Amino acid sequence: MDFPILWMKIAVVLVGLLATVPIMLFVERRGSALMQDRLGPNRIGPFGLLQAALDVVKFLFKEDRALRHTNQAYFTLAPWIAVVPAFMTFAVIPFASSMDWDGRHVSFQIANLDVGILYCFAIASLGVYGIIIAGWASNNKYSLMGSLRSSAQMISYELSMGLSVIGIILSFSSLKLGDIALGQGQAFFTVFGHTIPKWGVLIQPLGFILFLISVFAETNRLPFDLPEGESELVAGYHLEYGSMKFALFFMAEYINMAVASALVTTLFFGGWQMLPGFPYLHHVLFGSAEFQTQEIARVGFEALSFLSKIAFFMWLFVWVRWTIPRFRFDQLMHFGWKVMFPLSLLNVVLTAYLVMKGVL
Amino acid sequence: MSDEQNSVKESSSRDIPIDVSRWGFPGSMNVSFKDDKDDLFDDSKVIINIGPTHPAMHGAFRCMAKLNGEVIESSYSEFGYTHRAKEKLGENRTYHQFIVYTDRLNYCSALINNVAYALSVERLMGIEVPTRATWIRMMAAEIARVTDHLICVGINAVDLGAFSFFLYGYQQRERAYTLIEKLCGARLTTSYTRIGGLMYDAPEGWEQEVKTWALKTREVIDEMDSLLTNNRIWHKRTKEVAIFNKEQCMKYSFTGPNARAAGIDLDLRRDQPVLFYDRVDFDVPTAQIGDVFDRYAVRIEEMRQSLSILIQCAEKIKKGPIWADDKRTRIPDKEVVHNTMEGMIHHFKFFMTGFDVPEGEAYTPFEAANGELGFYIVSRGGPKAHRMRIRGPSFWHYQGLDPMIKGAYVGDLVGALGSINVIAGELDR
Repeated sequence: MDFPILWMKIAVVLVGLLATVPIMLFVERRGSALMQDRLGPNRIGPFGLLQAALDVVKFLFKEDRALRHTNQAYFTLAPWIAVVPAFMTFAVIPFASSMDWDGRHVSFQIANLDVGILYCFAIASLGVYGIIIAGWASNNKYSLMGSLRSSAQMISYELSMGLSVIGIILSFSSLKLGDIALGQGQAFFTVFGHTIPKWGVLIQPLGFILFLISVFAETNRLPFDLPEGESELVAGYHLEYGSMKFALFFMAEYINMAVASALVTTLFFGGWQMLPGFPYLHHVLFGSAEFQTQEIARVGFEALSFLSKIAFFMWLFVWVRWTIPRFRFDQLMHFGWKVMFPLSLLNVVLTAYLVMKGVL
Repeated sequence: MSDEQNSVKESSSRDIPIDVSRWGFPGSMNVSFKDDKDDLFDDSKVIINIGPTHPAMHGAFRCMAKLNGEVIESSYSEFGYTHRAKEKLGENRTYHQFIVYTDRLNYCSALINNVAYALSVERLMGIEVPTRATWIRMMAAEIARVTDHLICVGINAVDLGAFSFFLYGYQQRERAYTLIEKLCGARLTTSYTRIGGLMYDAPEGWEQEVKTWALKTREVIDEMDSLLTNNRIWHKRTKEVAIFNKEQCMKYSFTGPNARAAGIDLDLRRDQPVLFYDRVDFDVPTAQIGDVFDRYAVRIEEMRQSLSILIQCAEKIKKGPIWADDKRTRIPDKEVVHNTMEGMIHHFKFFMTGFDVPEGEAYTPFEAANGELGFYIVSRGGPKAHRMRIRGPSFWHYQGLDPMIKGAYVGDLVGALGSINVIAGELDR
């Protein structure tokens, strides 16, 4: 194990994920303003870029009240339980392919675990404990209702989320996210001389839609933001929270979004596979350079492709949030169990059949 | 000394018997409410207290709901948190002074309240206002109706999670307020009408601005319509939700869009026209079921009708006087007040003691944005009313909330309350 490089990778991922939060704050505010024909916060810094920084300062300086009616130990623990798994999930996601550097083989993934995707689901579902504990420890009826909704919702949608991914696993015969990303570079078919890569979305369109919807439910974003349900449950599970404790929940939501986008990208949009046009650009710019430089540039382009794909899905989250209304709780459960679950089962059967026939 | 004090304290705190029955917990009550169907505390179901500071409650209302899981088994709604004794104030202020209080009834459409109040007093005094004043009043009322409906459907959508929809309409609402500001200088609390006239004449070119605004608003409403009306999630949240059918509406004395959504074809603008509503063409949209969606759809269509009325008004309005030729109610011009003794005295008499209103009683029902708004005034002569009774539609609509949400989900409560558009100022008065 090459520890210096490993630490560096962990640092890059941590910093990157932490940086997502202020960036997404900015995007969400100005993006929603763009959609709603208003300006949004634009006074602090150029284009209001520093608004998020000031928000962080505000959270830091707010009084962290010890509420008498809460269960202090669990109340303090809950935000951490929510935020830590959110960071941990990213460990298995590859953000570029590998390269040889100074005689060493460097893969741009913290851990290429054999269980890969199962690890993702295992850790991601730990996050719900944070929400449940928060709701319970708050000793508030609205919070409790929010956390109960959340647990029911997570369990229901995790099922269809897991099942919708089985199609991908079957197609690429691997649980490793690295292998899945690599496999999506293969040629799928050719149209007018253009090679179409075997991206997950092309071989698993139904799986992609199911996964995307489930991911929305898992991250508690509209139209599935019932655990918060601001108009019904005031703020749901984080009703009693303030200052940095609230900020941790807030961070967890955005980091979950980033991880979910990364998962969608890796499973269905070729992960770090370059966007159309990037290989050409790479050839033009670095075709005549040294091999080492070429390799670094390639990794750079791959990371850029990965980031752009994530950015698109993050924007999709914002886009959907400000466009459509919220479900009601019974409708959410109905949808999860009676629509999503059978469809994902159908997807598994269909994919298994196609794989058996050798089509995929 | 301190020990003594402590011991006194301790003993006194120990001596007070804790009487649990006074707290109203189930099981420890002396009186059994077992036979009372409406008693919330009869078993161990969760009771949540929605309001009066809950964000879903628009204004200070309180709804105690007994929940079984997410289902509201029964509820008890309470109001009165914004009670300001409006009706009593009406008996202690002169007719002129009461105009400002009418703004604070339904503050989403203050102009309609002004107009309805002025109509009632004028009927009592037998005053006929000039044509131009009537047209302006009518336009003001229709602008207010549009802003009120924009708020209602917008906030209803916000409660159900569609925030952008609200802000689409909000732009036009702000522009409407700018138009209102041009009339009277205020945006929210307008106090625009006077008994027998208006505060000011509409400025030059105002009619054309209203027309331009109406055409633009029509586009915006089409845009809002296409954003939400056919959305599947919106249908799921609103159709067959919080149904209040025709019979129930009759029983609870519903009027306005809420009654029309249930199929009661009643619109006072058409059925008992005041102002010049008989001189313009408009349709009265109705729906059949009476659920949240129908109330939403009726309001959207009514806004289109109101805009069409506004455009017709803008074409028909002519220049002319805005004050009725009646010395009793005419506020003297400043020119006369500052330059002549008689004018000065008249001015003081008008504002200090008010004008005498003949004995009698009058009630003018007016189709306000949410239903029938009426001022029932009993006069025994003199400058103050003997009895001022305000019939605000929200009062009746709010009584329907409990039966409406029985058996519904918590998420439906906010949708139901938003859809009947209860305004605290008008409900509590």
